Amino acid sequence: MNRIEIRDESCKGCQYCLIFCPRELLQIDKSRINVLGYNPARFVDNPEKPCLGCALCAEICPDALIEVYRKKKGAVKANVRTPNT
Amino acid sequence: MALTKVFTRPDSLRDINFHFCPGCHHGTAHRLICEAIDYYGIRERTIGIPGVGCGVFLYNYFDLDVCEAPHGRAPAVATGFKRVLPQNIIFTYQGDGDLGSIGMSEVIHTANRGENITVFFINNSVYGMTGGQMAPTTLLGQRTTTTPYGRDFRTEGYPIRMAEMLAPLEGVAFAARVSLHTPTQVKKARKAVLRALDIQIKNMGFSFVEFLCACPTNWGLSPRQCIEKIDGEMLQSFPLGTYKNRQDS
Amino acid sequence: MSERQILKGCVALAEGAIAAGYRFYFGYPITPQNDIPEYLSARLPQVGGVFIQAESEVASINMLLGAAAAGARAMTSSSGPGISLMQEGLSYMAGSELPGLVVNITRIGPGLGGIAASQGDYRQATRGGGHGDYHLIVLAPNSVQEMYDLTIKAFYLADKYRNPAMILADAILGQMKEPIFLNPPPLVLPEKPWALTGARGKKAQLIKSLYLADGEMEQHNWHLYEKYRRLEREEVLVETDLQEKMDVLLVSFGSCSRMVQSALDLARSRGIRVGFLRPISLYPFPQQAVREVSREVGKVLVVEMNTGQMWDDVRLSLYPGCRARLLARPGGGIPAPGQILAEIENLVKAGDGIDESVHQA
Ligand SMILES: Cc1ncc(C[n+]2csc(CCOP(=O)(O)OP(=O)(O)O)c2C)c(N)n1
Ligand code: SF4
Ligand code: SF4
Ligand code: SF4
Ligand SMILES: [Mg+2]
Repeated sequence: MNRIEIRDESCKGCQYCLIFCPRELLQIDKSRINVLGYNPARFVDNPEKPCLGCALCAEICPDALIEVYRKKKGAVKANVRTPNT
Repeated sequence: MALTKVFTRPDSLRDINFHFCPGCHHGTAHRLICEAIDYYGIRERTIGIPGVGCGVFLYNYFDLDVCEAPHGRAPAVATGFKRVLPQNIIFTYQGDGDLGSIGMSEVIHTANRGENITVFFINNSVYGMTGGQMAPTTLLGQRTTTTPYGRDFRTEGYPIRMAEMLAPLEGVAFAARVSLHTPTQVKKARKAVLRALDIQIKNMGFSFVEFLCACPTNWGLSPRQCIEKIDGEMLQSFPLGTYKNRQDS
Repeated sequence: MSERQILKGCVALAEGAIAAGYRFYFGYPITPQNDIPEYLSARLPQVGGVFIQAESEVASINMLLGAAAAGARAMTSSSGPGISLMQEGLSYMAGSELPGLVVNITRIGPGLGGIAASQGDYRQATRGGGHGDYHLIVLAPNSVQEMYDLTIKAFYLADKYRNPAMILADAILGQMKEPIFLNPPPLVLPEKPWALTGARGKKAQLIKSLYLADGEMEQHNWHLYEKYRRLEREEVLVETDLQEKMDVLLVSFGSCSRMVQSALDLARSRGIRVGFLRPISLYPFPQQAVREVSREVGKVLVVEMNTGQMWDDVRLSLYPGCRARLLARPGGGIPAPGQILAEIENLVKAGDGIDESVHQA
């Protein structure tokens, strides 16, 4: 399954990732306050509509806190590239 | 099944929390620039020159040589660097107060000399660092701490469009305005950043990328509302696009 | 290998800079220093250097800051109004501990003032000029030869102390032609491990003047303080011409000191026993020398082309109880040797004791 990892201790709860996830797999964790004093975002996969590995959440996170893992086949274009020099 | 990491922080971006407010797009701009630096493998010959504004702490985050510049003067400092070190990649990172107001003269003349540097311009329509005063890019009607009744063109003039202003100069090889408020726009912004550095690597002249950014704190809006504001009002005053892209020779 | 030539002061200065290994010039036109950029725009390309006519003095000083941070020996030149515009950049350079040379071929101020020679920028030059707790290293030539020699020296001191330096000359010294020896010392460029050239094979480095953490700025200022005290101990430059049992000590710097030297010859030919002290480094000021010599002499005449600026430094340095006078010409004119002689004779006749009067020339 595709999945993401959020470095939630650094999350500022801006909610951008929530807004843009096409599968609505992100939510704000009201039960927890991180060291920065925010309710962090949380990834909850949905077996019915699983994570696409589309990386839209990672792309929009202004604090660069999200890593995206995809099943190898047909990996989408994302920001990890081999340097060309 | 084996999973492949397809998205992560770029190597040039240090593992340190940004000091930026929640939803501030300075962080996104930082990441895109670092990604492009990694992409071209130029970290070890790149020197960053932040202006004075919320971006001044760039040196905490970018794992490369960084020199501070007085408010607005980063393009002149960059000129000094580039002339001494023509093989290095030199970029400035400036806010709209820094570049469009106090540093207008430096950026125009650096562009006009065709100085082979890259300028990254953070247009958040306010002076973020000093508490949300009017910037040259403040939208008409926008309330700031020094335009409490909203910016009025009769007394405060109009928002300045830097990308359009610089593009016609002969020395400018690349000028684009991008936005960071949706993932699609971020992807387009990445392309512009890559091209701007490509232009410099190829010694083609001055390159310029203007980013439309939110300053939730000084706009007095939630990050969610900021997206709406950029998508509506801000895009109207500041149309996105590539205003100049000199072809490789 | 030394060559005797007849050169203009501004040209000698430019050649001194080249002899010091400098290859980067940034500047904006202003009279009376235009000979420097005009000459260098032709000369620098011949030695593989870079000449940029900047859009303003604000840009010039910041280009200098960038070139200095990249490790190069670089320079800008200007006069009064242009130097005023550079003060923010100079403060940043001092705060970031960047070397570099700024040449001030002074004109009269305040304001647009006039283009004749003046020493009215002494205070701005020696006190720092911009915001914050810093000094420039300030050297004041009084001949075409020194325009050359002190320029080389200024680059050397700037690098040694990682602090901007200034040559404070004026329109007379800039325009005057004299025979000089071009005696370039062997060029040894110091290592600059702090310079930014890219983080290749080493940790990323940072040049800045912003210190926000608790106590950091205090510590930084004490560090700068130590540097300035060391300059004051080790780098004072002063010329003296003293006699036994002097009646009067003359103190003067720069172009004005040449008139004072003529007056000194006149006075001595009349049997007055006169000593002469010329600060060459205006910062660090030769406090100790002034104190010691004034103790011997008791009467001091300061001659300046302003209303009394070095005068303050002399009075701070005088041995207690000395009688001091100022002969001042702030209008662009030069005090004539005859006038100075008259003042010397007055002072010889005056009794002992404290008299810090100011006399218009
Ligand atoms: C000469 C000078 N004047 C004023 C300031 C104060 N100042 C610091 S940052 C800033 C404006 C920053 O606004 P902007 O460039 O838009 O950057 P932002 O914080 O919005 O990213 C000002 C006016 C200064 N540092 N130096
Ligand atoms: S990768 Fe795409 S689907 Fe998966 S959480 Fe992120 S935005 Fe949602
Ligand atoms: S976008 Fe980033 S900072 Fe904002 S809520 Fe999501 S993970 Fe947190
Ligand atoms: S004040 Fe504005 S520009 Fe500065 S960090 Fe906060 S949101 Fe960003
Ligand atoms: Mg701004």
